[in-house]
Amino acid sequence: MEEAVLRALTPAVIGVLVRRGVDFATAEDAVQDALVEAVRVWPTDPPRDPKGWLVAVSWRKFLDAARADTSRRRREVLVEAEPAPGPGEPVDDTLALYFLCAHPSLTSASAVALTLRAVGGLTTRQIAQAYLVPESTMAQRISRAKRTVAGVRFNQPGDVATVLRVLYLVFNEGYSGDVDLAAEAIRLTRQLTARIRHEEVAGLLALMLLHHARRAARTAAGGRLVPLAEQDRSLWDTRLIAEGVQVLQNALARDRLGEYQAQAAIAALHADARTTEETDWVQIVEWYDELVRLTDNPVARLNRAVAVGEADGARAGLAALAGLDHGLPRYSAVAAHLHERAGDLATAARLYAEAARSAPSLPERDHLTRQAARLNLALRR
Amino acid sequence: MAKYLLLKHYRGGPTPLTDVPMDKWTPEEISAHVQYMHDFAARLEDTGEFVDAQAVSPEGTFVRYDGEGRPPVTDGPFAETKDLIAGWMVIDVESYERALELAGELSAAPGVGGKPLHEWLEVRPFLTAPPTIAE
Repeated sequence: MEEAVLRALTPAVIGVLVRRGVDFATAEDAVQDALVEAVRVWPTDPPRDPKGWLVAVSWRKFLDAARADTSRRRREVLVEAEPAPGPGEPVDDTLALYFLCAHPSLTSASAVALTLRAVGGLTTRQIAQAYLVPESTMAQRISRAKRTVAGVRFNQPGDVATVLRVLYLVFNEGYSGDVDLAAEAIRLTRQLTARIRHEEVAGLLALMLLHHARRAARTAAGGRLVPLAEQDRSLWDTRLIAEGVQVLQNALARDRLGEYQAQAAIAALHADARTTEETDWVQIVEWYDELVRLTDNPVARLNRAVAVGEADGARAGLAALAGLDHGLPRYSAVAAHLHERAGDLATAARLYAEAARSAPSLPERDHLTRQAARLNLALRR
Repeated sequence: MAKYLLLKHYRGGPTPLTDVPMDKWTPEEISAHVQYMHDFAARLEDTGEFVDAQAVSPEGTFVRYDGEGRPPVTDGPFAETKDLIAGWMVIDVESYERALELAGELSAAPGVGGKPLHEWLEVRPFLTAPPTIAE
């Protein structure tokens, strides 16, 4: 059985234990232990009913832990005292877990870690590796997060927006170590779309699929960044693009626009262009206008300026930059790009070098330094 | 095995042999340099000597405690500090000689014209836990 299939069962099994009256933190620990055992046992002895097996083993792990625990009596009382869940729960277990793990009382780092463990079924070690922190640090972060949400009622609807933010953060972390966080974020978002009919959940899934489709084209040898305009579009994953576009169209048809749908629409327009020159920049500007209207996010305004520069010329792009805070991340890089398009290579080179100094990542810094170098070389000739 | 820190500085240390800022190189020279650094780290992973490599932003702030109930005092950034760390690599190697050898190789990363940069790197041994058998 594939690991992903096993992990997909995680939230439902936690839900079963919670319904039997086990508190969330204890249930989550028991299911982790059962997952570890499944990874060990299943390859040689696959169960006929994987979920039933996981429930049974998790329950046994819980009982073992409860027996070993010094506060055993208190727990047993608790199990009996917990009222049986009433009929007609407002949300299903898996959905309830998404809400709980993204609870607004959690910091984003804690919400991300808890989601990956309780909803994603990843081990603490895998999560720690993915975020480049020691396993003990991640274990501590997760147990503190569980204490924070200990008082939250389990089967209660939460705010979809906080869940989407957590999934977005996981996706953007990209790829480091054994776990492909982008793929995991897509899996969790896809699973969420099956549980809740919400146009922004679909919008986020579309956004992820459309960006994931470009992954192979985004970096070259040695981790070198390849900007969108220079990507080899034959490397784009057409299957993911088709799915992303389909998911987006279904979401847009419901006529309740949100920021993820708007961002996905921009990504879809890029995906639609077979060459950079065929890009429909006028429509992209329109979508940025929507995005700015929806979020009033300065980063959206910054990206809009790039699109305006392509649609209406570099001068218009520079005009669209006016009034934006120069301290915004990537402001200098955008300004450099627009000055180059406007023919002012000296200013562009200076701004690229400035952007390189404040770049938030090494690949971006190398890329921006190369851009400055390219222009300085042209100026010397 | 012993751990060593190979420190790369933006500024500070002995006078550099060449001092052409990177944005005055050609894009190909930059790519070759970046590739060399990647390959170097990958090779040390293969030999089991790599521990960690990080780069840090040139902009930093000095911070200190300012007394009970008061926010910490900050100072800087200082544009003209004499010494400025750019990044580091931590290696775990058999001997000090091996640490010097690797630092030498790292310093040979190509620069302008594909020629070795001869960049000064600082090698600092880690202080370790005390040994179990001390006499």
